[in-house]
Amino acid sequence: MRAADLITASILAIFGGLVIVDAMRLGVGWGMDGPKSGFFPFWLALILVGCCAVIMAQEARKATGRIFAEREKLRLVLKVLWPAVLAVTLMQWLGLYVASALYLGFYMRWVGRHSWAVVIPLSIGIPVFTFLVFEKWFYVPMPKGPLEAWLGY
Amino acid sequence: MGVENLLLGFQVAVTPFNLLVAVMGILLGTIIGVLPGLGGANGVAILLPVTFAMPPTSGIILLTSIYWGALFGGAITSVLFNIPGEPWSVATTFDGYPLARRGDGGQALTAAFTSSFVGALFSIVLITFFAPILAEVALRFGPPEFFAIQLLTFSSFVGLGGGNPLKTVVTIVIGFILASVGLDIVTGQLRLTFGFTGLMKGFDFIIAVIGLFGIGEILLSVEEGLTFRGAKVGVNLRVVLDTWKILPRFWRTFVRSAIIGFWMGFKPGGATPASFMSYAFAKRFSKNPGNFGKGELEGVVAPETAAHAAGVAAILPMITLGIPGSPTAAVMLGGLIIWGLQPGPLLFTEKPDFVWGLIASMYTGNIIGVLMVLTFVPFFAAILRIPFAILTPLIIVICAVGSYAVHSSMLDIWYMVLFGIIGYVFKKLDYPLAPLVLALVLGDLAESALRQSLIMSQGSLAIFFTRPICAAITLLAIFIFALPAITPWWRRMRGAPSAPVKPIATDS
Repeated sequence: MRAADLITASILAIFGGLVIVDAMRLGVGWGMDGPKSGFFPFWLALILVGCCAVIMAQEARKATGRIFAEREKLRLVLKVLWPAVLAVTLMQWLGLYVASALYLGFYMRWVGRHSWAVVIPLSIGIPVFTFLVFEKWFYVPMPKGPLEAWLGY
Repeated sequence: MGVENLLLGFQVAVTPFNLLVAVMGILLGTIIGVLPGLGGANGVAILLPVTFAMPPTSGIILLTSIYWGALFGGAITSVLFNIPGEPWSVATTFDGYPLARRGDGGQALTAAFTSSFVGALFSIVLITFFAPILAEVALRFGPPEFFAIQLLTFSSFVGLGGGNPLKTVVTIVIGFILASVGLDIVTGQLRLTFGFTGLMKGFDFIIAVIGLFGIGEILLSVEEGLTFRGAKVGVNLRVVLDTWKILPRFWRTFVRSAIIGFWMGFKPGGATPASFMSYAFAKRFSKNPGNFGKGELEGVVAPETAAHAAGVAAILPMITLGIPGSPTAAVMLGGLIIWGLQPGPLLFTEKPDFVWGLIASMYTGNIIGVLMVLTFVPFFAAILRIPFAILTPLIIVICAVGSYAVHSSMLDIWYMVLFGIIGYVFKKLDYPLAPLVLALVLGDLAESALRQSLIMSQGSLAIFFTRPICAAITLLAIFIFALPAITPWWRRMRGAPSAPVKPIATDS
């Protein structure tokens, strides 16, 4: 936990540093007609860096407490995360509906070990239902790919 | 005058279409409240694009109904599955789950729903009377007062939120920084984009809400392996009527909890502490405090009344000051802006039909809500029996749909994933998420209020202390900010042992 806290606080401090650099570029003082663009972010980032420094000092004095996540738990989290990232990547090329169908089907089969009789109707039915609700009913367009183009949408 | 306006509101709210919208909203909201990973805030965020095609009044009725539904739904999972769907339902599990295990789940749920309803009604009546008054006072506010109120809003996260106050400050500041990314509308300069065109439009808080609360919550809950072991429940008319015969006995708890809920609720992050506080009070004043935690009906009544009263009270600052009291209210505020309405005190004079329609719909929505959840409990409980491997990808797809719909931007889905990972790490390290979201929403408003104030005063911060109302609010905010530093010192002065403050989640 301590290591994770230290790493997070340092990443946030670096982020604060970046903001300070950009704010300096924009100017942090008084402009022609009021505070310059960098004024607000500059002071915020200064507070951020200050707080992170104190948090790091607090954590460094602490004994190593509970760990961030056990290996087994982290594995479960990653097992959700990477298929989701893959699905989002696919959405760019195949559109949301096709990517969702593949993702749902893959996840149900791979993690859930559900039978094909469950997997196929659900992984096709859910995107079709989403399509009807968003595109047809509420006119909210979703990313579309080659399949939708072929179908004429 | 107030009654006339309310009648006008009912004429708007009680049309067949708006009633249908309310029913749909509560149905969806309850489902969202029951599902792990989806709660009031991101449920409302995901469905926000759906309202773009509606008149604003119907839109806000849909969103608020989802909110009521989510509040009711949280009680179902707490009582039957011992899983608090929302942080403010944690206290409900203390006695709700033991009751369900004993076979009195029906009684516990009836008590929970009825208490929610009573708490909500209490707050709505107060809003009906106080909202116009507060709006009138707020009309006289200038930029310094608005900035002072912002300070007060965030001070209550730091001073009253519990946990490490520094971490709360960090999340607030990050929220404000993220809000300033992109085009600065005052000077026309690009800020913090570092040459990336994707960053030019900045970060939308709706995406942040979906990622932080939706994806983050899922990642957190899969750690536990997610197997639901629920208690069976039967709610029928007999159980409901029998419970209603018992409930009047707890009238003192109802009144006390509703007052605590309203008082805590119109300040940000109030629902969770309110529910714990009213549970603690109910236990202290009870004749048999030993029964609490083992299945005491009063232990369900107290937190549910307070949580729902607080949840409703969060709407008050949103419609009167344009400052939301909770992330869910923040999303609704975002909705108002998208529909072309300017949130704040002017709404009452410029769009009375909208405001009073909203207030009236709070009455109808909660009445419809309590009847619906009482009738359909078995249906809602069945949702949690859907296997995990189906629910998880489904929720992630829903979150992606919601994120994309806001701006039709693929990049937003990536931001959602990123915010999800940040949300997971922050939750694990006890960085509170609600202040980040609120800061992201209020960032532009806060910055322009600060800039305008400084322009008024030629750059002197003294302006926040020279105007009477502003000075009072600013000093109160500074006092609350300093509370975490003052409290240990105060305890030492009085000779009491300096007990660490119990951390309370403030993600309401």
